[in-house]
Amino acid sequence: MNAALAQDYSGAPLGAPVYELNNVSKTYARNLVVALEDVSLTLRKGSFTSVIGSSGCGKSTLLKIMAGLIPPTKGRVVLQSKPVTGPRHDIGMMFQQATLFPWKTAAENIVLPIEIRDGKAAAKKAIDSAHDLLEMVGLEGFENVYPNELSGGMAQRAAICRMLITEPAVLLLDEPFSALDELSRDMMNMELQRICNEQHATAFLVTHSIQEAVILSDEIVVMKPRPGRIAEIVDVDLPRPRTLDMMTTPKFGEIVDYIRTLLDKGEDM
Amino acid sequence: MTDVQVNQASEPGTEQDTVWVQEVHFIDSVPRWIAMTFVFVVFIGTWHLVTAFELVSPIILPTPWETLEDMVFVGKNLLSGGYMLGALWITFKEVVYGFALAIALGFSFGVLVGETAFGEKAVMPYLVAIDTMPKVAFAPLFVAWLGFGIESKVALAAFIATFPIVVGTAAGLHAADENARMLFKTMGASRMQTLIKMKLPTGLPQIFTGLKIGAVGVMAGAITGEFLGGGKGFGELIRVAASQLNTPRVFSLILYLSLVGLAVYAAVTWSQRKIVFWHKERVGAHDH
Repeated sequence: MNAALAQDYSGAPLGAPVYELNNVSKTYARNLVVALEDVSLTLRKGSFTSVIGSSGCGKSTLLKIMAGLIPPTKGRVVLQSKPVTGPRHDIGMMFQQATLFPWKTAAENIVLPIEIRDGKAAAKKAIDSAHDLLEMVGLEGFENVYPNELSGGMAQRAAICRMLITEPAVLLLDEPFSALDELSRDMMNMELQRICNEQHATAFLVTHSIQEAVILSDEIVVMKPRPGRIAEIVDVDLPRPRTLDMMTTPKFGEIVDYIRTLLDKGEDM
Repeated sequence: MTDVQVNQASEPGTEQDTVWVQEVHFIDSVPRWIAMTFVFVVFIGTWHLVTAFELVSPIILPTPWETLEDMVFVGKNLLSGGYMLGALWITFKEVVYGFALAIALGFSFGVLVGETAFGEKAVMPYLVAIDTMPKVAFAPLFVAWLGFGIESKVALAAFIATFPIVVGTAAGLHAADENARMLFKTMGASRMQTLIKMKLPTGLPQIFTGLKIGAVGVMAGAITGEFLGGGKGFGELIRVAASQLNTPRVFSLILYLSLVGLAVYAAVTWSQRKIVFWHKERVGAHDH
């Protein structure tokens, strides 16, 4: 594996805080809706955190604030000890749709963030790293293939590579595999775990699936709606690496049940 | 024509295979060129019968044979570089210049209207207002302003073809989905980068749709300009032949003229296939 991949994305040792939110609130001025109230959260280096909650609990507002797409009304948002005041290159993001551009090959799509940041010449130089990343996600030989020839799962793998090419300090994942069928989804989740582990990545996942959250996460942020706030942060102390078999263990079932109870309580309010 | 499909379904208790007879529509089994030839033969046949029984005066409708003879005559004149070739060349120039002007104007206004809030708010209503006017009615004005040369025809051709290109470009710039916009935002792309690297390529299919409609309009504009503003183009030849009641000539001139329109349209389609290689377009819903 090449140097760019083996290297940690930030100098911080595993477990050190990477992304910190302190008392973050968001009120939309347009209709005075309180989307988010008093959210405090710490993402530690190499940890995997999921956020789960019913619709209207402020998950997507939280994600947009963390991505620097919208400003918070109150509170501090700090990534790698610098406040987040807009989109940043040390934030990697992935959406439900792969959003690969059909006029670019897989490799060209992957180096797009470099092209935007440093221009065409730099993007050309980064093509080799794109090849390495494709190899890591099991898409070796697909460098020059156009996206319309990729399956949904393959497209999402390429989107993972595009997110990783700039070596971001934090990965924001907005229901990345929810458009895939269940079989590919389980497989992609295991892939995601492997990749995050190899890269020592700090990941933050928004999901609707309790099972998905439990199998992937170290910590699960359970949110409740109106106004969107944190109900509880649940630690998942299943051993790593996680396997799909763990989904049938009593321990897994207990955690899932506990989170479901929390979510139901939130709904009653 | 029927196709028999055999499904082997083993139902408990029955020994019999399930056999379906599936109707296949006759037209689905006929190649396109045969179907097209059929329509052509019926058309020429009807035309022939109408003239053979003199249902219509020969001055109004020539026989297919007379038309073919005249086509050969005009074709020889064109190939030998006669005066008709000169006229066709003039019309061709009007069409090409008009189209180039329409692309430049249409694209610029399209970007203005599709990309800027000012364009959408303040400019678009005027464009829509002008677009609803019958644009050929402006022909006498263009002649008054620009004279009887090719300039007035180029202007009218461009005037007609600009609007579909504006609409196509503006629609194309709105075609990018929320995810793509968000992705470019998170990558910290500037407005110019977002426009050039994402919105424009995403909108190319719509832009080309505008170009194709424009390519048809540019031809109509050039010929209308020639009918109303004189000059030495092909439209003038048609006008003269019609005033002399030389209907076979009118027919054959129109057929040759359509080759110019076809060439422009083919050029647009060809570049679309080269440039927008990722977007597969179907001719019609039944074209499998």
